[in-house]
Amino acid sequence: MSNLPITPAQFTYIGKHRRAVEHRRFVVGKGNYAGDVLKPGTLHVAIVASPYASAKILAIDASAALVLPGVVSVVTGAEINAAVLPVLPGVDAPEVRRFPLADEVTRYSGEWVCVVVAKSRAIAEDAAELIQVTYEELPFVLDPEIAISDASHHVHEKAGTNLIFNRQFVWGPVDEDFAKCDHQLSYRVKWARSSTVPIETFALTCDWSDATGILDIWASVQMPKYPEQIANALKLSTNAVRVHYDVDVGGSYGVKRGLKHAILLGYLAKKLGKPVRFIEDRLENMRGGDMQGPDRLFEVSLGFQKDGEITCMKMRALEDIGAYAGRSPLQLGKPVGAISGPYRIKSVAYLAQAVLTNKTPQEAVRGFGQAPTNYALESGIDKVARFLGMDSIAIRKRNLINKDEFPYLIPSGTHYDSGDYATVLDKALREANLEELIKQRDTMRADGKLAGIGISSCLEPSGGNSSFEPLFNPKNETTTWMESCVVKIDLGGQVTALMATSTSGQAHETMVSTVVGEILLQEPDSIRVLHADSLNALPSNSPVGSRMAIMLGGAAAGAAKKLRAKLITIAAAQLQVSDQDLIFTGSQVHVANHPEKNISWSELVAIAHRKFHLLPKDMEPGLQEKFVWEVPTGGELPDDQGRVQMYPCHSFESHVVLVSIDPDTGKASIHRYVCGHDCGVMISPDVVHGMTYGGIAHGIGAALMEKFSYSPEGQFLSGTFMDYLLPSSSEVPAITIVDHCTPSPLTEFGQKGSGEAGYLGSPAAIANAINDALATINASIDYLPMTPNAIWNAIQEKN
Amino acid sequence: MKNISIELTVNGQAISSTVEPRTSLVDYLRDELRLTGTHVGCEHGICGACTVLLNGDPVRSCCMFAVQAHEQTITTVEGLAPERGQLSKIQDAFCEKHGLQCGFCTPGMLITCQALINKNPHPSEAEIRHAISGNLCRCTGYQQIVDAVVHATQEV
Repeated sequence: MSNLPITPAQFTYIGKHRRAVEHRRFVVGKGNYAGDVLKPGTLHVAIVASPYASAKILAIDASAALVLPGVVSVVTGAEINAAVLPVLPGVDAPEVRRFPLADEVTRYSGEWVCVVVAKSRAIAEDAAELIQVTYEELPFVLDPEIAISDASHHVHEKAGTNLIFNRQFVWGPVDEDFAKCDHQLSYRVKWARSSTVPIETFALTCDWSDATGILDIWASVQMPKYPEQIANALKLSTNAVRVHYDVDVGGSYGVKRGLKHAILLGYLAKKLGKPVRFIEDRLENMRGGDMQGPDRLFEVSLGFQKDGEITCMKMRALEDIGAYAGRSPLQLGKPVGAISGPYRIKSVAYLAQAVLTNKTPQEAVRGFGQAPTNYALESGIDKVARFLGMDSIAIRKRNLINKDEFPYLIPSGTHYDSGDYATVLDKALREANLEELIKQRDTMRADGKLAGIGISSCLEPSGGNSSFEPLFNPKNETTTWMESCVVKIDLGGQVTALMATSTSGQAHETMVSTVVGEILLQEPDSIRVLHADSLNALPSNSPVGSRMAIMLGGAAAGAAKKLRAKLITIAAAQLQVSDQDLIFTGSQVHVANHPEKNISWSELVAIAHRKFHLLPKDMEPGLQEKFVWEVPTGGELPDDQGRVQMYPCHSFESHVVLVSIDPDTGKASIHRYVCGHDCGVMISPDVVHGMTYGGIAHGIGAALMEKFSYSPEGQFLSGTFMDYLLPSSSEVPAITIVDHCTPSPLTEFGQKGSGEAGYLGSPAAIANAINDALATINASIDYLPMTPNAIWNAIQEKN
Repeated sequence: MKNISIELTVNGQAISSTVEPRTSLVDYLRDELRLTGTHVGCEHGICGACTVLLNGDPVRSCCMFAVQAHEQTITTVEGLAPERGQLSKIQDAFCEKHGLQCGFCTPGMLITCQALINKNPHPSEAEIRHAISGNLCRCTGYQQIVDAVVHATQEV
């Protein structure tokens, strides 16, 4: 679609170092986070949560709470659930209904049972402790493999099963291909329940006005179709809910969905006629905030030839989604679009199963299920290498899709747009100095340490097409996942762009102003970018699925190009030439080869805004354009085999890691970390690198530290940062990123997505490095996180 | 329990307040003084988002009561810049080196880095990593924060 240069060097502003616009307000403490919003007369909320894995609520006695001075109201599930509609899962399971407060039965430890509203948060907490809830404990199930058995108790009795999604996909002649293989290898690996755990918990204020009939919401949200879902649950018209997207979100990486929070507070605000605020404390966030992430058991078989060619794969993925489902089962869907990774695997069988258990529900996590699948596949590549006695790099190179094979069709129906995987892997290996790395590893081994090198190569499908919605729920015929932008040039000639969603650290204002500046050849720092609220916004699907550089960047460019074309048409009328004869330079428009025959930017602006008599006939006055962009390659429903073009663009990353393990403590340390990364043309390289560093750190956490644990009684054990460990600057090493650029042919500037970069490959690389170390004592670990305790146990078993 | 009068200096300004004894320093700064630059991340002293300077030393304002700040001097992120409209060296370096993304841990991180620089004007990379190890960041992987501190302390 582009007629712009596609090599980064030819851009004026794209790909250059530039200070992010957003930073200025953040470093002086002037961000506008949801927790900073405090309307006059605001009431505050505290939650009473169930202590049981599952229980029937017999009675709630709030009398002592209600007489505490400052307490305004106590609301139970019985009250609110009669007034609102439940939220249903992303899959077709109408009996798995989720209300903001438990509906007679609680289904996980920490589930919200009732809510206190008071004049201060402290009073609300005091009152919450005075509420007496009488429970009758019910049977529960924690183990997903037990939960799918016929004998299991059902988390939602009316659903009649815990297995709320179960589909066997077969793409290509899998059985025949396995029969033709020299070897096959089967293995199990497990990705632990972890999440993105932003430092800001979920926070929001809701305010209802009887005068306007509008529910205003300031929330730390990153969520597609948020206002519509809130309106639906609260039985309000969709134009009665106004979500303020100018709220700065303190990190999300997928999880800040806050739907039950907004339905609850929206109800309270409307009932009480006052602004109501809720800021989760850390325990509320981790336990009942419904933000835990994928928890997935894989059973994989790989079929391969003795020369290392991997031809076929069977994968079963059993996802423990917890007690309720929103979009979480769909996290088994995104990996369909990169199920065979960067490899030429010809046929695939994929059994996707989502099972309910009595745990805190999941939410979308960075990569939307792709990181666990990459870990499962990349673990297997190393297992094949070990089986054949081959080098794991050689196995990867044997199977990587070649750069001249694009667009490449994988068995599940997705075309990869472009790539040069072997070159990126080579660049990473060169940067890491593989020979030197091997020497270091062997020296550490000689010194009595366990040491290993780990590699991973994987894809980041990007552009957020959401084809997994109709794939996993045929009743959902969504085939567009558009994004919008409005750009205007005002009377003073200044440019302002309006985007339609919130930002949680991705520097969208910087990206949009860079893109608009590139098209209109205006200094990006002079361009203002605003976040609309949901009522004056055009359609957006929010910054999910690594999509904003592609989709918002594309929309902003589209609107700016319409403005540029209009300026040229105005100039053509003035200079009495045709549009094609003109050159646009930003400061002026002139006749090709005749720079003296020109008209300035400010004069063009003046004509458009004030001199209607000079405007070409029938031209709309003013300078304002919108552009709504459909996802490139989108727009199609899956076929009956479940083949589908999932995401348009495919970024690639290859990680090289050297770790050592202290044999006495089991603690792993990372000595060298290199990531080769290709996300096409980078609009803002500082931002892309930043997200990649952060993704790697997040992956280090998932690989070595982070896990939401439950006791055998279903008690949640990881509600603080002393139990759920996040990597600090002591655990995250210096990281080297090596860039490579294979432009996407599908996007405006050749850009691809990068919001999930680093995280998609780092757990796999670290796990492979640890298993390379453990292989020297014939040990291995097939689950994450590989904590010191897990590694120590693996070592002891061999001693 | 009775409310208590306190007098303290915040960002160079003398302030008198009456507070509930149980009010944490961070809630006092955010809700009473409306200095919302200091953030609350965990309220149990691990994440460091609420770090402020107490008489020049970095402390967790979530783990301290407002009454304990009586007759003490507090500096928050709003007090780092030398003058209105300007940035301190460390604030400027964070902008230049992209040492932040969502900005939520940033105020605490800046305070910790400022405390480091006050004591050690030219820290090594290892010293920087050690100094910020009590401030959690989920966006950056710390790399560009370290780069920013190096940038701020090498440029003389």
